[in-house]
Amino acid sequence: MRIAVIGAGAVGSLIARELCRYEAEVVLFERAPDVGWGVTKANSGIVHAGFHDEPGTTRARFCAAGNALYPELATDLEIPFRRTGAYVLAFTTEELSVLEELREWGEVNGVPGLELHRREEILAREPRVNPEVRAGLWSPTVGITLPWEIAIAAVENALDNGLELHLGEPVVGIEVSGGRVRAVRTDKGRYPVEAVVNAAGLFADHIAQMAGLEGPALHPRRGEYVLLDETTGGLVNVVLFPAPTQVSKGILVLPTVDGGLLLGPNAHDLPPDAREATETTREGLEEVIEGAVHLVPDLPLHKTVKTFAGLRPESPQKDFVLGETEVAGFYQAAAMRSPGLTAAPAIARWLAHEIALAHGLEERTDFRPVRKRIPHPADLPEAEWEALIRKDPRWGRIVCFCNRVTEGEIVEAIRRGARTLDGVKFRTRAGFGRCQGGFCTDRILEILARELGAEPWEVTARGGASRIVLGEARP
Amino acid sequence: MRTYTVDVLVVGGGAAGMAAAAAAAREGARTVLLERGERLGGVLEQCIHPGFGLHRYREELTGPEFAHRMRQELDDSGAEVLTGATVLEILPDGPAVKVVSPKGLKKFRPRAVVWAVGARERPFGALRIPGTRPSGVFTAGLAQRLLDLEGLLPGRRAVILGSGDIGLIMARRLHLEGVEVRAVLEIQPFPGGLTRNVVQCLRDFGIPLLLSHTVAEVHGRERLEGITAVRVDEHRHPIPGTERRIEADTLILSVGLIPEVRLIEDTVPLDPVNRGPRVNGRLQTEVPWLFAAGNCVAVFDLVDTVAELGERAGASAARYARGELPPGKPVPLVRGENVVSLVPSYLDGTAESARMYLRVPRPMEGVAVDVGGVVRRRVPVARPAEMIEIPLDGDALSELSQKERIVVEVKPK
Ligand SMILES: Cc1cc2nc3c(=O)[nH]c(=O)nc-3n(C[C@H](O)[C@H](O)[C@H](O)COP(=O)(O)OP(=O)(O)OC[C@H]3O[C@@H](n4cnc5c(N)ncnc54)[C@H](O)[C@@H]3O)c2cc1C
Ligand SMILES: Cc1cc2nc3c(=O)[nH]c(=O)nc-3n(C[C@H](O)[C@H](O)[C@H](O)COP(=O)(O)OP(=O)(O)OC[C@H]3O[C@@H](n4cnc5c(N)ncnc54)[C@H](O)[C@@H]3O)c2cc1C
Repeated sequence: MRIAVIGAGAVGSLIARELCRYEAEVVLFERAPDVGWGVTKANSGIVHAGFHDEPGTTRARFCAAGNALYPELATDLEIPFRRTGAYVLAFTTEELSVLEELREWGEVNGVPGLELHRREEILAREPRVNPEVRAGLWSPTVGITLPWEIAIAAVENALDNGLELHLGEPVVGIEVSGGRVRAVRTDKGRYPVEAVVNAAGLFADHIAQMAGLEGPALHPRRGEYVLLDETTGGLVNVVLFPAPTQVSKGILVLPTVDGGLLLGPNAHDLPPDAREATETTREGLEEVIEGAVHLVPDLPLHKTVKTFAGLRPESPQKDFVLGETEVAGFYQAAAMRSPGLTAAPAIARWLAHEIALAHGLEERTDFRPVRKRIPHPADLPEAEWEALIRKDPRWGRIVCFCNRVTEGEIVEAIRRGARTLDGVKFRTRAGFGRCQGGFCTDRILEILARELGAEPWEVTARGGASRIVLGEARP
Repeated sequence: MRTYTVDVLVVGGGAAGMAAAAAAAREGARTVLLERGERLGGVLEQCIHPGFGLHRYREELTGPEFAHRMRQELDDSGAEVLTGATVLEILPDGPAVKVVSPKGLKKFRPRAVVWAVGARERPFGALRIPGTRPSGVFTAGLAQRLLDLEGLLPGRRAVILGSGDIGLIMARRLHLEGVEVRAVLEIQPFPGGLTRNVVQCLRDFGIPLLLSHTVAEVHGRERLEGITAVRVDEHRHPIPGTERRIEADTLILSVGLIPEVRLIEDTVPLDPVNRGPRVNGRLQTEVPWLFAAGNCVAVFDLVDTVAELGERAGASAARYARGELPPGKPVPLVRGENVVSLVPSYLDGTAESARMYLRVPRPMEGVAVDVGGVVRRRVPVARPAEMIEIPLDGDALSELSQKERIVVEVKPK
């Protein structure tokens, strides 16, 4: 039986991998030139504990469950994941009562270890927190991860287990007859399938419409961020939340797995057609800084390396839309707002199991759950680094000085499918450091061109018209 | 991992590092120079314009020509050079320096280290300019390397942000390459670079310089399509209603260099304005075995200055390695009015001579530099683009060295 998964974000990639555990031919379609470039690319990267979600919602059901799966996922796929713990901070009497409510929600949702801490305890653990804080809800199971790395790792592992991957190939139609899914059409061809999983992120409503379904109606809600360089992460060691509002979890301060600090996001609703509107705005960035400084007053803002924005796929129901539909064989993993990243492993496991039950799929005995990450020799014991260099001296040539990425890593990233500058960046973190590619872009460009057998002016930052150089200089 | 014992280890093979290594070796120290690139020269290699060496060689050379002469001096000195070798770690205990190259990992145990790794460019993201994040946005140094070292064209229609000398030189370089340079934007009300460069790089080619202007927004999803330029008030806040769109596929940033201190910032005290380590007149930091020279101390205008500082640092390091540099009583130099960059950060009373370098924050006319009430120097025209250099020696230096602190200020005469 052939199953199509539409969308290679964290959600679709993990679903594709879980489906590979069963006797099925799995085909993954992604319209972008690489995996993980949708909503998955720009978010907070927090593995939430599950106390932010109202009991009874689908979000609540899958958030704590997803969090519990992360240690296993991180081990199997070798993705960075660290349980930092988190505080929700209260500064006013109303906010204190919000903490109480969150704690109750958390307890109903099965979130372990929640505790209310007093000001002194918070400041002892995190001395940079605004001293006006009154109390905090401590949640030890909150963690941080690299969201796109999940998509990359899940797809690599799925490929190792027989996945068929179609990148740069948007789905343009879904054939339904007799109330059943028959085929998927892309800009390149028609693929007969018996089941389809809609994990198209911000575009999941378009895919649903292709299958003749109504909802969910989606609109983007933008969240902007400011990223501080990789020397700032030690200033704050846990995820800091303000008390949430009706609209969002608020503007946070959190360490990143790369050793930086991330500030944001704000939350602004955009019209339904603004689905590419990932630009930042002056007011938005000011709002982010104001919110972050409220939690941590003396942030080293002069160490900013980047600003960016992501779009949340919001629906009026404010909840995930999951599982089977009126069209037989058409399954949804849609409206994946926060905590979609956290919930993704649990959703993937559950949905693959539902599909297997419905279609009578046997579990495979030869599934290999483990994926090895690209070695990062700067983190390896010296003897292992030396062994790599002896095999290939390129593992001793540093290309990105900020993050100490070697030519060996870049060549390996290209071997694993990177075709663009961003493809290399997201796989190796070359160019992600405080100089933001100022020293290494030309060298990565040269390596990409050489390895791909292309001219430098054919290489792009992220596909389409995003070429880096436009041609040869005058001879 | 092999361990090597040396007298002086120089990190960085630009002008400062080459000069330091040659000077240390000439002093008889067993000296090793480490450079992460494939060639020595640092930024000189990518500066193919003339304007280098007027002081040091009394000739106008291009960057690569200047680097070539320095390489010869280095060859003659007997210092050993390792290229393709990136320093990963400097452990204050020892000290020990860990290095990787395509040949493997190495550890050095030097008696003295000269830090000469240059500066890095402030990236676009640091400016927090709103808008999209398309390709086609380059720091000036990256654009220069692509163009002059790789022979690749960064774009066809460019806007340049920042009118420091690097921005001005890139404007001319791109223009000569057939790139349409639409404008150079400068947030300050005066140009950042030398007047000579404003004339020779912009005016001669009719490239507009928009003072008190910055980029308000970047447009284009894949490749850059344009920017919104905006006028700013005296607090550098955008003035609403003055926005205008400029179509361009390339944005080149020349918005400042930052001394690179990555591997030493936890070990040595830094100067908050220079952003490099605090050094004395011998270029010794407050960690006695660590010396520093060149753009990693503060950003200097002229390579001649950088080379001279390198020599001083190398010779001092060699003497320290021989145990001939006893610590003196540190006398801090303190910024008074109108002083931004200031090198050195303190005098220690043991040097026979020293040189002081300082920068003013804005153009000023008819001023005088006052050094601790002992040395006074008239400066008819002081500009942020030109460092003021003041030799300190003889009686004046001895007198200054007796003080508790030395206030340096620039005041109307
Ligand atoms: C600002 C912000 C902060 C967030 N913070 C967190 C957080 O801290 N923790 C957390 O758990 N969650 C967080 N989230 C939510 C989380 O990021 C998302 O739930 C998750 O990334 C959604 O993944 P996805 O795979 O569903 O979507 P996507 O990553 O968007 O993947 C969908 C893919 O489908 C592709 N596609 C679309 N149309 C087609 C088509 N026609 N054919 C083929 N492919 C198509 C897209 O190109 C895309 O790659 C946040 C979200 C935002 C925006
Ligand atoms: C565009 C431009 C135009 C200029 N124009 C002029 C001019 O007209 N006239 C003039 O006199 N001056 C000019 N200058 C200034 C002058 O060239 C520089 O100030 C001087 O060359 C800086 O030398 P440096 O040795 O301090 O730094 P760099 O030249 O930057 O050298 C530092 C070296 O250290 C190496 N390094 C860094 N980190 C490590 C590590 N961890 N391990 C090993 N090696 C490392 C780097 O690869 C580099 O080679 C110009 C500069 C620029 C950028």
